[in-house]
Amino acid sequence: MGNKQTIFTAQQLDAYQDCTYFTRKEILRLFYRYRDLAPQLVPLDYTNHPDVKLPYELIGSMPELKDNPFRQRIAEVFSEDGQGNMTLNDFLDMFSVLSEMAPRDLKAYYAFKIYDFNDDDFICKSDLEKTLNKLTRNELTEDEVRMVCEKVIDEADLDNDGRLSLEDFQHMIVRAPDFLRYRNSDT
Amino acid sequence: MNKNILTAGDKDFLEESENEHKKKKRDSTREKRRRRNGRRKRSSSSAEGEKELKERSDYKDRGRRKSLKNEKRPKRSERDEGNWGQTMHKTPKKKKSMNTKTRKINNNEEEEAKERMKKKHGRAKSDEKKENKDKAKEKTQEPKKKKHKKVVESSSEQETSEEEDDKETNDDDEVRPECLSPEELEKLKEAVEEKKKLIQSLKGKPWPMKKKLVTLRESQEFVEKYEGALGKGKGRKLYAYKVMMTKKWVKFQRDFENFKTACIPWEMKIKEIESHFGSSVASYFIFLRWMYGINMILFGLTFGLVMVPEALMGRPYGSIPRKTVPRAEEASAMDFAVLWDFKGYAQYSVLFYGFYNNQRAVGWLKFRMPLSYFLVGVGTVAYSYMVVIRTMARNANESGIGDDNSFNFSWKMFTSWDYLIGNPETADNKKDYFLFLLRIKEAILEEQESRKDDNIHLTRFLRVLANFLVLCCLAGSGYLIYFVVRRSQKFTLEGLENHTWWERNEVNMVMSLLGMFCPMLFDVISTLENYHPRVALQWQLGRIFALFLGNLYTFIIALMDEINLKRKEETIVKFNITTWETSLYNSSMSGNVTAPPVTIHPADVPRGPCWETMVGQEFVRLIISDTMTTYITLLIGDFLRAVLVRFLNYCWCWDLEAGFPSYSEFDVSGNVLGLIFNQGMIWMGSFYAPCLPALNVLRLHVSMYLQCWAVMCCNVPQERVFKASGSNNFYMAMLLVILFLSTLPAIYTIVTIPPSFDCGPFSGKNRMFDVIQETLESDFPAWFSKVFSYASNPGLVLPFILLMVLAIYYLQSTSKSYKEANVELKKKLQMQNEENKKKNKQAALKAQMDLEEARKAATQAAEHRRNNNASFQSQEVKVEENHGRNDRNHNGRYGCSSAGGSASQPSVRGPISRCYSNRGNSQYLPGLSQQTNPRIYRTPSLQSH
Repeated sequence: MGNKQTIFTAQQLDAYQDCTYFTRKEILRLFYRYRDLAPQLVPLDYTNHPDVKLPYELIGSMPELKDNPFRQRIAEVFSEDGQGNMTLNDFLDMFSVLSEMAPRDLKAYYAFKIYDFNDDDFICKSDLEKTLNKLTRNELTEDEVRMVCEKVIDEADLDNDGRLSLEDFQHMIVRAPDFLRYRNSDT
Repeated sequence: MNKNILTAGDKDFLEESENEHKKKKRDSTREKRRRRNGRRKRSSSSAEGEKELKERSDYKDRGRRKSLKNEKRPKRSERDEGNWGQTMHKTPKKKKSMNTKTRKINNNEEEEAKERMKKKHGRAKSDEKKENKDKAKEKTQEPKKKKHKKVVESSSEQETSEEEDDKETNDDDEVRPECLSPEELEKLKEAVEEKKKLIQSLKGKPWPMKKKLVTLRESQEFVEKYEGALGKGKGRKLYAYKVMMTKKWVKFQRDFENFKTACIPWEMKIKEIESHFGSSVASYFIFLRWMYGINMILFGLTFGLVMVPEALMGRPYGSIPRKTVPRAEEASAMDFAVLWDFKGYAQYSVLFYGFYNNQRAVGWLKFRMPLSYFLVGVGTVAYSYMVVIRTMARNANESGIGDDNSFNFSWKMFTSWDYLIGNPETADNKKDYFLFLLRIKEAILEEQESRKDDNIHLTRFLRVLANFLVLCCLAGSGYLIYFVVRRSQKFTLEGLENHTWWERNEVNMVMSLLGMFCPMLFDVISTLENYHPRVALQWQLGRIFALFLGNLYTFIIALMDEINLKRKEETIVKFNITTWETSLYNSSMSGNVTAPPVTIHPADVPRGPCWETMVGQEFVRLIISDTMTTYITLLIGDFLRAVLVRFLNYCWCWDLEAGFPSYSEFDVSGNVLGLIFNQGMIWMGSFYAPCLPALNVLRLHVSMYLQCWAVMCCNVPQERVFKASGSNNFYMAMLLVILFLSTLPAIYTIVTIPPSFDCGPFSGKNRMFDVIQETLESDFPAWFSKVFSYASNPGLVLPFILLMVLAIYYLQSTSKSYKEANVELKKKLQMQNEENKKKNKQAALKAQMDLEEARKAATQAAEHRRNNNASFQSQEVKVEENHGRNDRNHNGRYGCSSAGGSASQPSVRGPISRCYSNRGNSQYLPGLSQQTNPRIYRTPSLQSH
């Protein structure tokens, strides 16, 4: 394999391959994506683990996230400081989970965290309303929103505490026919 | 929290230490066993977690007393929760008798405890570690314990820390590996295995990357360190070797994986498209790539086993009549127009059936050319069937999970956002889609209610009308094609040279145009029907499918007519040739007998119309014209339109981009259907034109780039979202149907029509499949052909077929019953769910009532005691610090049973409260009275549901 890259040591690359769903090439490509966001901030040498963080404004402006209504939440959930400022590790982590190779359980876990706006480990009504409003860009009437939220809780809340726990969420989401469907590459 | 635990722990400790002192001597002999207990306890149930929590604080406080503690803990671990309460009652009694003897020691202990309490927070972790290392090997459980308890505190980190525990234990163990018992070795091995498993599953863990990296490094170090030390003696080398090999194997696998992903073409392109247009458009390109792969393999088969051997080892061009351009065509054989029609030199080349010689074995390899030709034709079809069916089965497996709709709204809510999309236009569409779905849902419900009486007749009428119109269209297009084909035959008979380009290419053009415009017509007609869009799309697909199929079959029937014509011509030519040959023979005979026989140039030899080549040519032309139309529509319909809309928009009276022409959408279903039919033609024609797979590979390759470019530069995401996941098998089913329908005519011609007498690899034979028999007879030993003939007689074949039918029937019925069972189970599950919900609701209501009551009582009690509370707490601290000995006495005297005793004496209340905190872990608030109990019980009861 090529000796030309000096950004990571071989061990680092191996470690990243163990920790993400990416191949060597993809990791390097992601690194360049990361670096392109702020070439002046990110060094080209990561062998000594420099402590670099990109602010949320830069992360959120990526084409993948730019138009995602949950981009702030996604950045917050995956960043180590919870503010959306990302290190390269967080960045790789995020893409690993969002990649199509990641299993459903893992995605469900992070999706739960993303939808849990107030970080109380439950998706409660206010979270649902926020989700719905973000999805529909406030184009539903209040009644409709309330109806949908009630319906969702009615459907998915198994322990009847008026909010969705992680178990409820996983139970519901892994049965969904098109939840970020794992596609195999040949069909 | 710390404070609570600390005080609780201290009280705990005060009691324990007495016990320990008593038992120290007695128990010292049992130390070894306990160590093992301690080990076992590592994996003990989580019920002990809380206890451990307390213990942990003890450890932190008492470094030096760990040996004592060590004795105590295993003992405790042997008891269950119920026993624990009993011992609490027992110990005070024993204590009392011991009191006088151990008073001095107790004093010491208490002082130390206080001291440590102060120190506790200042103590660094490194101190603990140092202490740990000072301990003898028997105490290796200690650090592990400690860590484990820390885990309980810091909740979610459990797994890593556990790993660390193991690691540390093993660290200590491994200092002297030779003194390990086999049991411990086994443990170590297990730990190593566990680590390996952890490394493998690391990417699936929901941890931040930093933690993953740290864990990875630690486990890798661990594995590296102890793997080699494992398996001493004779097993060791083998083990080390095995380990090394697995390491290499893993590395190789990873490299191979990297290589494999590097080999998948167009991955980036498709990803990019997916990020702009969503997964449905990307699914078309993935399908295209899949097709490309299949065609590559077909191409490899035909190219490697048929075309190359014939070209390299067969007779060269010009050696025999079938490999030479006839004299009449020689002049124009190199013209582009002729070559474009696949005539002239193209016709007499390796590209078509007629070029192949019927020589049994060619070249120094003795390559069995005709046999190879036949087997490749069969293999192509067989392979295609295999691949399509396998893919279908896999898709069915995948999509067989979620088809119940008990979470309708939830799914819509949480899965409507496709995280892979990064284009505002698509985002808008998705939003619309979501809204749309919600509204459609309501609308459908309303419709079903309201439409039942008057409207239904109109809808029915409209639908019947629409279907009638579509049928008319289909019939008309079928007739048109038949008519055109007939006309073109007439033209061919008259000689093509007298006709215009249009007349020559009428068939292909008409077919392509029909394929282009009829779907639009269907689209218009389908607005009449007022179906749900998803249903409408299916209808549309079905109609286009029918149209294409009808066209294809009309074409084939017309082709059959032509074949029959050619065969009639052939008999005439055959007769002519015999007369020609005899005349030639006579003329040569009439001359000099000894003169060398007249050599006639192969171009001058008269030859029959090779119908196989004709069929192949038709298909190749069809493919070419189809490809050209696709590309031209792409350029005009998409590119030109986009350019016009984009640039005329500056000087137009209305907004072209938002208004009428707008940009075109990418039509996934139409494109997929086009692809499928194209493939069908390949399958049909590749027996007579070995070059077809090669052409198709070329076409798909160009399509890939062209369409990728067109999509990115001049299309907008489509309005109607067609879900890729749900329709994969729909496409596949179509492909299978097409495969079946396209192999039918090919097989029919192979089986029923005798091959031409003077061209192709089977010339001279009665039927094409005779080549098998010939090979069996001449290339295999006699017994083999005998066996084969026995095996192929009806007496054996019929029972075999019967057996297969029975097997199919059996499998079908079992799968049906499984399905039924599945449905039944699903129903049961649903019912259970509903029941649970009801139950939970009731339980929740009841609990709420209980809670309310308890709250009332609590507030009353709190008010009652509010006055005392302040003094109570200060007293507690005082008592603890100054009257430690008294405490124990009181404890012994009153015990825990005196809970709720009078509040008049503050000095008595101290120990009472302490009793609580010792006894019930749940009652963590010292000031809370007993009436709050319901609240504490309720929580677990709720969670258990």
